[in-house]
Amino acid sequence: MTKKRTGVFVCHCGTNIAATVDVAKVAREMADENTVAFTQEYVYMCSEPGQESVVQAIKDNELDSVVVTCCSPNLHEKTFRDNAKRAGINNFTCEIANIREQCSWVHNDKAKGTEKAIKISRSVVRRVNRNKPLEAIAVNVTRKAMVIGGGIAGIQAALDIANAGIEVILVEKQATIGGRMLQLSETFPTLDCSQCVLSPKMVEVKRHPMVKLMTYSEVQELNGSVGNFQVKVLKKPTFVDPDKCKICDHCTEVCPVVVPNEYELNLNARRAIYIPYAQAIPASFTLDENACLGLNPVVCGKCKDVCEAGAINYDMRPETVTENVGAVVVATGFDLYGQENMPELGGGKLEDVLDGLQFERLISASGATKGHVLRPSDHKEPKEVVFIQCVGSRDPAKHCAYCSKICCMYTAKHARLYKKHVPDGRAYVFYIDIRSGGKGYEEFVQRTMEDDDTLYLRGRVSKLYRHNGKVRVLGTDTLTGQNVEIDADMVVLAQAMVPSKGTTEIAKVLKIGRDKDGFLAEAHPKLRPVESVTAGIYLAGAAQAPKDIPETVAQAGAAASKVIALLSQTTLSRSPLIARVRPSHCTGCGMCVDACPFIAIRLEGGKAVVNEALCEGCGSCSATCLRAAIDVKNVTQLQIHEMIEACLA
Amino acid sequence: MSEQQAYEPKVVAFLCKWCSSAGSDLAGVSRIQYPPNATPITIPCTGAMSPMYILSAFNKGADGVLVSGCHIGDCHYIEGNYLARRKMHLTMELLKFIGVEPDRFRMSWVSAAEGAKFARVVTDFINDLEPLGPQDKLKKVVAND
Repeated sequence: MTKKRTGVFVCHCGTNIAATVDVAKVAREMADENTVAFTQEYVYMCSEPGQESVVQAIKDNELDSVVVTCCSPNLHEKTFRDNAKRAGINNFTCEIANIREQCSWVHNDKAKGTEKAIKISRSVVRRVNRNKPLEAIAVNVTRKAMVIGGGIAGIQAALDIANAGIEVILVEKQATIGGRMLQLSETFPTLDCSQCVLSPKMVEVKRHPMVKLMTYSEVQELNGSVGNFQVKVLKKPTFVDPDKCKICDHCTEVCPVVVPNEYELNLNARRAIYIPYAQAIPASFTLDENACLGLNPVVCGKCKDVCEAGAINYDMRPETVTENVGAVVVATGFDLYGQENMPELGGGKLEDVLDGLQFERLISASGATKGHVLRPSDHKEPKEVVFIQCVGSRDPAKHCAYCSKICCMYTAKHARLYKKHVPDGRAYVFYIDIRSGGKGYEEFVQRTMEDDDTLYLRGRVSKLYRHNGKVRVLGTDTLTGQNVEIDADMVVLAQAMVPSKGTTEIAKVLKIGRDKDGFLAEAHPKLRPVESVTAGIYLAGAAQAPKDIPETVAQAGAAASKVIALLSQTTLSRSPLIARVRPSHCTGCGMCVDACPFIAIRLEGGKAVVNEALCEGCGSCSATCLRAAIDVKNVTQLQIHEMIEACLA
Repeated sequence: MSEQQAYEPKVVAFLCKWCSSAGSDLAGVSRIQYPPNATPITIPCTGAMSPMYILSAFNKGADGVLVSGCHIGDCHYIEGNYLARRKMHLTMELLKFIGVEPDRFRMSWVSAAEGAKFARVVTDFINDLEPLGPQDKLKKVVAND
């Protein structure tokens, strides 16, 4: 092996690194390394002149390897590898030593910080000594996308992708698309009817020639990588043929089974055979297998008897299909933080204490009470209604630490809509702060306070309990310093938004990260807000963070444009850092074959052989090999041993 | 006592690329301070963690070795951390058998969202190493040529 000529470029990052690491000393120490032919420090290595100086130094000094000691490789590995390529050397001979996130930002002691930065840098220099020039692997791209979740985020993303001429599969768990937005009555701040805005989009996505709709279906497994995913989808049986169903409603009239209606948030009941909403897409009934008396004509079979269209088929079975797609958008939405977590507010057991979504269904013309505000306990019109904001939000001690962002606005909307329905009623709102950033939002809240005479009380509610047929609300008005006691006819809680149950499940299936609150984690909080950490998987809507409809639509459009950009390429490059076998050392013991999670290794003629298309480069094989016959390229066992040595020098 | 204070445990921290290395990045972005004794080496996955690396680190003079990966069930490579957990458990038994204090080796699960946890894991580990003093059971003693 001829001796490497490595260049080490030490970045100050302004004072981000230089304040707690003696950058000059790092450069001096690196210059003493046997293979280092050139060192340089610069205030911002990633700036245009910084990058140019790297390119120039590579050319002038005939360098063949590069180590940049700077921030995390997640930020600038690509930048400097591109520069290496530009200077005419192989980009995989360039590596990053992270002395910012893992060093200068976490240690105040300059002497010790410098010592650690030197160790980190030296270990990477030693690693690069044995880096081989590699070429990225070109893979073909499947020009098709999958959108998981059929709410407004998923619908928008699917439409945007389909309009670019790319096939989309839209997968929805429920019997209809539409998601949370379909449950809303009106939307802030314009008070336009939610369903009137959404229904045309639902129909459009159903009729779009480039969209394949899979409702009542769940994603079970994802394999492959960016450009070539294989997704296993379970199609649950609806027992009704949507093409034949005429939505005549005869089946529900005869169905003897009554169960709570989850689409109306249990405010009313539905039959075992049901259609979620009048606007449901697909416009077809669904037979709930768990509620039905047994899918057996001997036991019941009434629905089948009355169905003139012959749409009901008890013999439908679950079906698993595998779809090949190049990119995935996850738009699985939110749930409300459960009332059972708040025993002081009734724990979900008090009558006439509703959550925000239930109130939406109560005032919706298509809802359980046909748009009349009637409290659930006695179906009387409530004359005093208390709205409580920040229920479970902004409470790091007991509940969710974050602000759910939309509750201030939808509570103001609820108060206005309530006054519209019950003009002689009285609305109270308990709040901590009013957060009404957004176009037309502040004006909307002001109108709620002034025009609709809603009484805003700044303070928290300590307890709710039933008292003389009403709900007694014990709270505080911190502006007057008075305790407040209200006997309300109805209470509406603006509970925190949490990631939906489906979001938690899909994160596990897709192996994408979640943040500390359980929302899907974006690749970079500012610069890559719609990408997940896994290449080819994108995020949209409230599964990523609490957000309102305009923001959700914007994010869905952004995710769609990323998908379109990705799938506009004919080939993609894949990391060449995959396993490599040295046949001379391999004894054919097969331990690596068993260890590989991707079934990428097989034995051929007594030697291990790696399938380069399947190998992801995890290195599980190398850790089992007693003879170091199998290694991940550029992360070999020898390299790691030498890095260990450098860390302990 | 002064000798005790002068002792600084040397630690090698093997971090998986997807979770713990990203978690340590988050600790940095959040400016959470922790002791500088642990030098990180990023590996693709804890599944790639050979027991040899741990013995090698002790052999080269480490006072402690930390291995940190994705939470069980969250491995980017499906099951790498399950393999790691089994292997690291056996390694721990081996270390105990040859007389290395169990506190010198630690495995943790730190996700990309757990910057504060990463800082706490390192801080706790260093605190636990301090009373043990330098590791010499496996350290190679090299005579001067």
